[in-house]
Amino acid sequence: MKNNLINNRLIWIALLLWSCTLAPAQADTKEEGVDVQEIVFSHIQDAYTWHITEWNGKEIAVSLPVLVKSEERGWDMFLSHHLHHGQTHHNYYIAAEGEHAGKVVEKNSRGEEVRPLDFSLTKNVCGLFLSCGILLFVVLRTARWYKKHPNQVPGGFTGLMEMAISYIEDGVIKESIGKEEYKPFSSYLLTVFFFILINNLIGIIPIFPGGANITGNIAVTAVLAGCTFIVVNLFATKEYWKDIFWPKVPIYLKVPLPIMPFVEFFGVFTKPFALMIRLFANIMAGHTIILALTCLIFITASMGMVVNMGMTVVSVLFCAFMNCLELLVACLQAYMFTLLSANYIGLAKVKD
Amino acid sequence: MSLLTPDSGLLFWMIVSFGIVFVILSKYGFPVIIKAVEQRKAYIDDSLETARQANEQLANIQAEGARILAEAKEKQNAILKEAFAEKEQIIDEARQKAAAETRLQVEEAARRIREEKEKAIREVRSEIADLSIAIAEKVMKEKISRDGEQQQIIDRLLDEVSLYKS
Repeated sequence: MKNNLINNRLIWIALLLWSCTLAPAQADTKEEGVDVQEIVFSHIQDAYTWHITEWNGKEIAVSLPVLVKSEERGWDMFLSHHLHHGQTHHNYYIAAEGEHAGKVVEKNSRGEEVRPLDFSLTKNVCGLFLSCGILLFVVLRTARWYKKHPNQVPGGFTGLMEMAISYIEDGVIKESIGKEEYKPFSSYLLTVFFFILINNLIGIIPIFPGGANITGNIAVTAVLAGCTFIVVNLFATKEYWKDIFWPKVPIYLKVPLPIMPFVEFFGVFTKPFALMIRLFANIMAGHTIILALTCLIFITASMGMVVNMGMTVVSVLFCAFMNCLELLVACLQAYMFTLLSANYIGLAKVKD
Repeated sequence: MSLLTPDSGLLFWMIVSFGIVFVILSKYGFPVIIKAVEQRKAYIDDSLETARQANEQLANIQAEGARILAEAKEKQNAILKEAFAEKEQIIDEARQKAAAETRLQVEEAARRIREEKEKAIREVRSEIADLSIAIAEKVMKEKISRDGEQQQIIDRLLDEVSLYKS
């Protein structure tokens, strides 16, 4: 069922990407086409500047620090507005095409275009810091409330937090891992849940501090899935490893060709991989759909008043609907990631 | 496709920030909240248990009170009954005593009356004898002498008279 879900999502993404490539193709036939693909991709991918809007032909953007380490020249740090519109700064520039399109590159002494070690505080990194800050503030504030009000029942936001924490703790973590062993993992899983949730929610907000596609970036989900992978395999029992390398299947499936052990061992890696792809694909797809729907308004702008008005209404309605759906997906994916992580940990704690 | 290749810079910052968030939250965040919630739960459970016990005690006390009341009522009834019986007894005794007294007095009176009557009869008899003798003397003085035969006749006559009377 899980795999089906992933497959469905992947098909969706493929369809969407395909439709995105179709749209500008149609638009290009007009004189003033909107490059939907460029808009969507520039949003979904990371950027060195946080573009907010354009006002009277002037771009309003937050210039973020670029932090690079060249193999030949060492560390360098400057603000990203030096690189706008193909400018070169300290011999660094943003590649327009090629393998490193959109990334900061430099020309080395042999005249080759190489990528330096890039620790820039990009849009996603800043968004990440922001949501981490919000998460810390929210959780620590809740914790402080409990310290100040022992044996009292909270209301309002603290109550909501308590409800969510209790729900994840009792309904997911305890159920999946077991009452005896869940304690050491509960902090990790709760952190993962709220981390994903808050990043998902902030990603939906379309105006400035929000809107960064953080959980829809594969690096972020890879770290999260990697953490789950480490936790699962670090705390696994002997029986878990025995089940992998010597599973209880007919002997001819193990000797001479270790088919089942191979499949089981492969499964160790596919599980976190599925976690990574699921979260990434869900959130990215959501952002893509909403952006594509919004772009529909500008694509139809050149098709005459009536078509444009009609499409605007349709597009706004669809966007509202998709935003509601994304709100659901944001909570659901955070829940799914936590639930599956807890399940994998529970599976690794088997005792025969 | 660049979408599927993780960027090293973002990877690094993600590891750093997620690591920091995890360390802070697993130290000062979630365990504190969970502990507080569990403590509160234990506190509420305790309070409920205490309330239940207090209720039980109250019920016990009420039952005890009712029991004591019932006992007291029973005792009161018993005392009343006893008192009533005693009263009856006293009245009975008094009545019996009075009756006995009365009987004694009546007997005494009867005895005295009888004595008086006998005495009177005796007196009357001797009086009558004296009278008769006097009468007879007078008669005899006139007609006959007084001898034994005559006296016998007189006595016999007198006995007959007294027997007749009594």
